[in-house]
Amino acid sequence: MTRIGNHFFDIGYMDSLASDDSILHRLDPRAKLITTLVFIALVVSFEKYEFSALIPFVIFPVIQISVGGLPAGYLVRKVLLVSPFAILIGIFNPLLDHEIRFYIGAIPISGGWLSFLSILTRFVLTVLSVLILIATTGFNDVCASLEKLGVPRPFVVQLMFLYRYLFVLTVETTRMVRAVSLRSFGSSGIGVKTFASMTGHLLLRTLDRAQRIHLAMLSRGFDGHIAILRSMRFGWREIAYIFGWSFLFFLFRWYNIPNIAGTFVTGFFS
Amino acid sequence: MHMADALISPAVGGTMWAATAGLIAYSSKMVAKDLDSQRVPLMGVLGAFIFAAQMINFTIPGTGSSGHLGGGMILAILLGPYAAFLTMASVLTVQALFFADGGLLALGCNIFNLGFFSCFLAYPLLYKKIVGSAPTPQRIVIGSLIAAILGLQVGAFSVVLETLFSGITALPLGTFVLLMQPIHLAIGLVEGFVTAAVVIFVWRARPEILCSAAERRPAGMYSLRPVLLGLAGAAAVTGAALSWFASANPDGLEWSMFRAAGTEELTSPSNSVHHSLATIQDKTAFLPDYTFKTRDAEDAAEAEPSWPTVDPGTSVSGLVGGALTLVVAVLIGLAAKRRKGTEA
Repeated sequence: MTRIGNHFFDIGYMDSLASDDSILHRLDPRAKLITTLVFIALVVSFEKYEFSALIPFVIFPVIQISVGGLPAGYLVRKVLLVSPFAILIGIFNPLLDHEIRFYIGAIPISGGWLSFLSILTRFVLTVLSVLILIATTGFNDVCASLEKLGVPRPFVVQLMFLYRYLFVLTVETTRMVRAVSLRSFGSSGIGVKTFASMTGHLLLRTLDRAQRIHLAMLSRGFDGHIAILRSMRFGWREIAYIFGWSFLFFLFRWYNIPNIAGTFVTGFFS
Repeated sequence: MHMADALISPAVGGTMWAATAGLIAYSSKMVAKDLDSQRVPLMGVLGAFIFAAQMINFTIPGTGSSGHLGGGMILAILLGPYAAFLTMASVLTVQALFFADGGLLALGCNIFNLGFFSCFLAYPLLYKKIVGSAPTPQRIVIGSLIAAILGLQVGAFSVVLETLFSGITALPLGTFVLLMQPIHLAIGLVEGFVTAAVVIFVWRARPEILCSAAERRPAGMYSLRPVLLGLAGAAAVTGAALSWFASANPDGLEWSMFRAAGTEELTSPSNSVHHSLATIQDKTAFLPDYTFKTRDAEDAAEAEPSWPTVDPGTSVSGLVGGALTLVVAVLIGLAAKRRKGTEA
C-alpha cells in the first residue's frame, strides 16, 4: 500500500521537476519531443549485436540531466524498476546464441551476451530519454505540443483529462485500500468478492464524478469544444537544438566513435 | 506484456505507430461526431479509474499470487469501442511516459496489442454477441471470460510476432509462443472473471448504466467495415514493411529461424551460411555501419572494425574506445553541470 502511494507520489515529483527552470526547461516542448523521437529511432536502429557504437549516445541523457539539474540517481532507479520485461526476453539470447564473437584476453564472448548487452543498453537509453523528456517538460506541455503537431484533439483532451483526474482517483483509491486493510487486521490480501465490490463502488463513484464534472463544465459554458490556451514559441534556439542533436546522433549512427578512438589509442601505443 | 523500445526495430515500431495513429484518428473522428458532450469528462475520468483500479490487488484463489484489473474490456463495455480505444490509448501513453512501461517507439505496438484487439475484435464480435441487449449474470460471465481470454491471446501473439520481426531476441518462434500464450491464458481467465464480477456488481446496483451504454451504440448501428478495412490496410503495410525489413536484415528473424531448425551443432556450414547472409546484409543494409571500411578493404580481416568478425585486435580497441567515449561523455556532462552551477 505504501508502495502504491510512492508510485503515484512519483508522478507528482516528476511534475515538480518539470516546473524547475533551466535552458532545457525553457525550450519549446515540441523541440524536445522531436529530438527525443529522433534519438530513440536511431538508438534502436542498430544491428542486434551492436554494442560499442551505442555508447556515444549516452551523451544525450548525461547532458540533459546535468543541464536540466535532474536527480540522476532517482532517474536510474526508475529505469531499473521497469527493466524486468526487457531482461526476461533478453536473457534468452545468451542461452540460445552460443556463437563466439570475440575474445577478451582468453574469455570468449558469445553473440548472445553481446546482443543481451545491446538490449540492456538500448533499454536504458530509450527509457531514460523518455523520463527526461517528462521531467524537463511536464505532461501538459507534452500534450499541448502533441496537439500542435497534429494529434487529433479528442485524444489530446482525453490525455489531459486523464492526467487531471489521475491524482484525484488515486487518493480516493488509496483511502479505500487503507480502510480495507485496517479492517482486515493484516490478513493477506483482498479476496475476489471484496475486490469486485470495491472496484464496483469505485466505478460508481467515478461515474457520478464524471456527471458532476460535466455539469460543472456546462455551467461554465462548455459547448463540446475545449479551448487549450498555451503560447509556444518556436525560434532559432529550438531549431538549433533539434538540428544540433540530430546531427550528432546521425554522426554516432554512421561512425563507430569508440572503435575509431580505440584504434587510434591502441595504434598510438603499439 | 508491455513491449519495450529495446526489443523492437524501427521498422516494426514505425509500422505499428502508423496503424495505431490511424486508429486513433478514426476513433477521434467517431467520438467527436457523437454529440453527447457528457462523454468528454466520462472518458477522462474512466481512464483515471483504470489506473486507480489497477492499484487494488486481489489474491487469486488457490495460487497465493495476486492480480489486478487490466481494464480494456470494462472500458469497452462502458464506453463502446471507439471511446474505449481512445481511453485505453491514453492510459498506455501515460504509463509509457511516467512509468516507462513500454517505450515511446513501442507505444504504437502496445496500444495496438492491448487496445485494438479487446475494443474492436473481442468486444463487438464476442461480448456483444453473447450478452446481447438483455444482460444476465451468466451471460456477462461467459461473455467477459471468452472476450478477455481471446483478446489477450491475440494480443500476446501479436507481441510475439512484433518481437520476432524485430529480430533483436534470439528466441525461436515456438519457444516464445509457448512462453507467452499459457501465461496470458491464465491472465485472461483472471481478467475475464474480474471484469464479469465488476460488471455484475454495477448491473445489480445501477442497471441503467449498462443499459444506456448498450443503447448508445446498438450492435447494428455502427459498422465495423471501416475498421476492418483499416486493419487490412495496416496488415498489408506491415507485411510489406516487414518483408522488406526481413530481407534487408537476414541476421534477425531468418537467422533465429535457422537456429530454431535445430542445426546448432553444425558449426562450419552454419558459419558459412551466416557469413553469406552477413555479406548480403553488408551489401543491402539500409544504413551501412562502417563507412571507412571500404577504404581499407584490402586487408579486411585486419582493418574491419565490425563486431561480428572474430578479431582480438578489434575487440581490444573497441573496449578501449568504448570506455574512453563513456568517460568523455560523463566529463562533458559534469562540465556542463559545473558551468551551470557557477552561473546560478
